[in-house]
Amino acid sequence: MLPAIARTSANCRLVLRCRRGYATTLGATTPSLTKRLPRKLGGVYTVTLIPGDGIGAEITDSVKEIFEHVNAPIEWEQYNVSGVSSAGESLFKAAVESMQRNKVGLKGILFTPLETSGHISWNVAMRQQLDIYASVVVCKSIRGAPTRHNNVDFAIIRENTEGEYSGLEHQSFPGVVESLKVSTRAKAERISRFAFDFALKNDRKARGRPHPGANVTCVHKANIMKLGDGLFLNTFRRVAEEYKASGITYNDMIVDNTSMQLVSKPGQFDVMVMPNLYGAITSNIGAALVGGPGIVPGCNIGREYALFEPGCRHVAKDIMGTNKANPAAMILSSTMMLRHLGLDAIANSITAATYDVIAQGQAKTPDLGGNASTSDFTAAVIKNL
Amino acid sequence: MLASRYLSVSLRQAKAPTRSYATFSPTATFAGKKNAEGKYTVTLIPGDGIGPEISESVKEIYAAAKVPIVWEEVSVAPILKDGKTVIPDEAIASVKRNTVALKGPLATPIGTGHVSLNLTLRRTFSLFANVRPCVSIQGYKTPYDNVDTVLIRENTEGEYSGIEHEVVDGVVQSIKLITRDASDRVARYAFHYAESVGRNRVTAVHKANIMKQSDGLFLDSCRKVAEEYPKIQYDEDLLDRVCLQIVQNPAPFSDRVMVMPNLYGDILSDMCAGLIGGLGLTPSGNIGKDASIFEAVHGSAPDIAGKGLANPTALLLSSLMMLRHMNLNEHAAKIEKAILGTIAQGKTITGDLGGKATTKQYAQAIVDKLRN
Repeated sequence: MLPAIARTSANCRLVLRCRRGYATTLGATTPSLTKRLPRKLGGVYTVTLIPGDGIGAEITDSVKEIFEHVNAPIEWEQYNVSGVSSAGESLFKAAVESMQRNKVGLKGILFTPLETSGHISWNVAMRQQLDIYASVVVCKSIRGAPTRHNNVDFAIIRENTEGEYSGLEHQSFPGVVESLKVSTRAKAERISRFAFDFALKNDRKARGRPHPGANVTCVHKANIMKLGDGLFLNTFRRVAEEYKASGITYNDMIVDNTSMQLVSKPGQFDVMVMPNLYGAITSNIGAALVGGPGIVPGCNIGREYALFEPGCRHVAKDIMGTNKANPAAMILSSTMMLRHLGLDAIANSITAATYDVIAQGQAKTPDLGGNASTSDFTAAVIKNL
Repeated sequence: MLASRYLSVSLRQAKAPTRSYATFSPTATFAGKKNAEGKYTVTLIPGDGIGPEISESVKEIYAAAKVPIVWEEVSVAPILKDGKTVIPDEAIASVKRNTVALKGPLATPIGTGHVSLNLTLRRTFSLFANVRPCVSIQGYKTPYDNVDTVLIRENTEGEYSGIEHEVVDGVVQSIKLITRDASDRVARYAFHYAESVGRNRVTAVHKANIMKQSDGLFLDSCRKVAEEYPKIQYDEDLLDRVCLQIVQNPAPFSDRVMVMPNLYGDILSDMCAGLIGGLGLTPSGNIGKDASIFEAVHGSAPDIAGKGLANPTALLLSSLMMLRHMNLNEHAAKIEKAILGTIAQGKTITGDLGGKATTKQYAQAIVDKLRN
């Protein structure tokens, strides 16, 4: 066992050598949330705010308005980065530096061009540079959202920094392109641990499922990618054994079957952990099951930084600037951020007010089947507070 | 590591002969000829588990519908040849000769190290496009009505290239291989298919914002092929958005054919199957250069094998895709009406659909409908 740990940590160093000096502890300890807490100066937390492209400006305005109303001790350091053209790169870098100072951020989604000549995804670049490796998206049926399924309640823990999003591609011969999916044991291990810790900390137990305790499902395609996803699956199984004593059960499921099960029997899932691309797919299916991208919050957590953004990462250019976007996903993400900063009381009151607005159908935005505007929704939340 | 390198070499060699083909031939078309009695010969691979039972149903129903087909039954149970497990020569020769085959489920032994039979068949006959239509079945209620999607999946490369290696301990690279030839031919087939079934829109599903070169190449192929089909509208959509939109409301997707690389197709096709009630109700066709194989994609269900309880619907619907591929459209329409009518009535349906009928009773009910 000892040599195995030593080997793992050596690998961590290899892979993560450009990062901070925490890598050596990866093999031995449990990854936890930010170690060095965000600083509070004069009773106020400074938080990086990146509204993003598309509907980002509108929905972050909602958050700002609500925070102002409740007098949340948050000061925004706003960067209007836009991924529409590559010209924004210096501003993007400044935003990343701001994140490194503040350690906490709230972010919309940045647009990524499809062209090969265009810049790489800054959303992905930010997650890789800050090593915010775990994406958490909780899909839960809520009252007032029009859906085809009820009793949906699962969490998607997605590896955020490698896999298909490595960005390593080349054309080895005209008309022949190779795209590398990189899978490492170190990252598979820390994301698996994160998933089990998440299950433990959130006390995800019972909830009407057939098994008595929490369950973690590993989603993979190891039948085809025997080495890559095989490494992920085997590492997951090894970590799972360590959590057996705490009563958490585990299973694994192939990604195509998972997507089929999600749309037919979503009630069977509890906590799910998976490599990067499968996370993109399942979080979109999950969001669709509970009412759409407008109401599903999310966050990206690393050892040092935490960045909160809507769980379904859509720019929504089509409804940009029309004041039609549902700001609930962003508002709920911001309350996750408040909890992360220890401001639970404010977080709870905003969350309750938001869910009330949705449940009572007071200001239904078009995605919920109404025709209220973003500002109507915001006003309704403020009125409920 | 060595093994995976060898695999990649053999893969590339296996692909070589198909290269020249893709550039000129638009699609694989049915080339079967009628025999002296005016019938086509079709290879039937009953498969494992419930395979023989559900194949029997197909044969009964086809006999009742007087479809001009003679079945040539072969087994693809692997044999050892020069130390390798391969498909028997007779099976390969039969499919090559007839150019169409209908296949039941095959049990893939887990953990024995040999390549799955499905993959071997796919490679042997260059089955480059997997066609997966999903249509809501009246009489089997799911949270989704009005599902009518068609998805075409590239079947030979992408994430399934099998090229993987461990760089150092704990660091693995898996290569997704996208080639212009393979992308061109699947795109061309998608447009051809859209034209032949009267859908005037093709949507390419991709993740080119992240995989700019590989998915970018796939999109580029689709765009170029789209120019050859001016009557068909072409657009592109991100994988994330398509997943979201289909699950929220699948109805708008009934006007188009979706085309995509291998893995996305694998995931999305099963997701669509989930919308209408699972793999027991969805047909599938593998279109290739030398032959086309139509199959049921569900498992071989060893637990109920031989008990006469299996639901043959997926294999039946796949066989109808085959008939349409062979331009036997009238027979396909007639049998389809009988199958859907039987399920809609709900009197003689199998256990998986909530009924009590046996495989035989269900087939008989369809036969009765055909005779009326």
